[in-house]
Amino acid sequence: MKVYSPTSLQEAYEILASTEAKILAGGTDLMVLWNSNVAKLPQVVVDIWRMKMLAQIDDEGEVLRIGARCTYTQIINNPLTKNFAPALVDAARTIGAVQIQNRGTIGGNVVNASPAGDSLPVLVAFDAKVEIGSLRGVRTVALEQFYTGYRKTVLAADEMVTAILLPKQREDEVSKFYKIGTRAAQAISKVVMAARAVLQGGLIAAVGIGVGSVAPTVIRAKATEGVMLGRQIDDELVTAARRTMMNEVKPITDVRSTEFYRRTVSGNLVAKFLREIV
Amino acid sequence: MVRVKINGHEHVLQTEPLARLLDVLRETLGFTGTKEGCGEGECGACSVIIDGELVNSCLIPICQVDGCEILTVEGLAVDGELSLLQQCFVEYGATQCGICIPGMLMAAKALLDSNSCPTRNEIRAAIAGNLCRCTGYMKIVDAIEAAVAAKLEVK
Repeated sequence: MKVYSPTSLQEAYEILASTEAKILAGGTDLMVLWNSNVAKLPQVVVDIWRMKMLAQIDDEGEVLRIGARCTYTQIINNPLTKNFAPALVDAARTIGAVQIQNRGTIGGNVVNASPAGDSLPVLVAFDAKVEIGSLRGVRTVALEQFYTGYRKTVLAADEMVTAILLPKQREDEVSKFYKIGTRAAQAISKVVMAARAVLQGGLIAAVGIGVGSVAPTVIRAKATEGVMLGRQIDDELVTAARRTMMNEVKPITDVRSTEFYRRTVSGNLVAKFLREIV
Repeated sequence: MVRVKINGHEHVLQTEPLARLLDVLRETLGFTGTKEGCGEGECGACSVIIDGELVNSCLIPICQVDGCEILTVEGLAVDGELSLLQQCFVEYGATQCGICIPGMLMAAKALLDSNSCPTRNEIRAAIAGNLCRCTGYMKIVDAIEAAVAAKLEVK
């Protein structure tokens, strides 16, 4: 086995273009997998942990550019994410505990493609884009289009995720992050939801809702958003939004929870969101 | 080849690049104070501090610590004298079976290094990634609180 530690993006792209390789960042998913006897150890590993250019958070006007190698601890402490992405900070705080937050990265959460990835509902709700690089150039893909199925992404073998482009939360916008797990720390979500909305004159003028652990991939709850858009928040809307959300999610029963529980809680969370922002 | 400083002493290691830091510490170097619990980043028994940051050593490939400073539980006592935190763990009976304690001590040390006056809730959050299978959390939190109080008194 060979581990490369590139110091430039060009170098990393060249390795990825020339051989089949696995990209390693903080190791919080891959080290578990590789030591579990489930997965074969890769022949070639590209270790990006020390690539400082991927570990920056930059203000790019409308969006924050969050380097793929940024850890949850960086996201929790950075003034830019605190000011412009409070829902992402809330999500980061619920991921694992200190040890995992110090090592786990946002790029890893995206590429690992778990439907339970806790940062993903925030990214979907806020129309985030994934920046992807390779020798062939740079492209961006909406997070919503990044997943093609359970644990499947549009990434080609020679590509790597370099950053997440996250639109800033507007000043008149409110957002909430909800994670339902067995305990506050170290839990893999049963249901995880992020929602944002703009209220104008008592009406919902804009809304975005992302839900995780309820389908093969993270989902954008478009039908529920459609029910809410342009409406005033009252009991009737809460009931309609709850019912739509319960039908919109496609959960399964597994070791962590049941289909019924997940449907019910998804409905409850959207109702909670509406009551909290009214 | 990997160069690391562990508890203030230099080590040069020749090992598989993806070997777990936990195994290198325990088996290659004999630092058996660091314990293995779950081996998948859930329990915190293997917690060590790398360049000031608390991590699970079972999730760290050795290739990522080249040039780093690592602190393990063996590095807490100075000249055979227990650190204040360790003394408080002893005094408050925070140790039952003991397997979580090295990790708990490292988590508490990482907290106190960044926050000299944490609240009880902040202490609980700081050790949320460390499981005690004896469920002796109250006394562990008491011990850390006592260390905070003693430290503030000294100042």
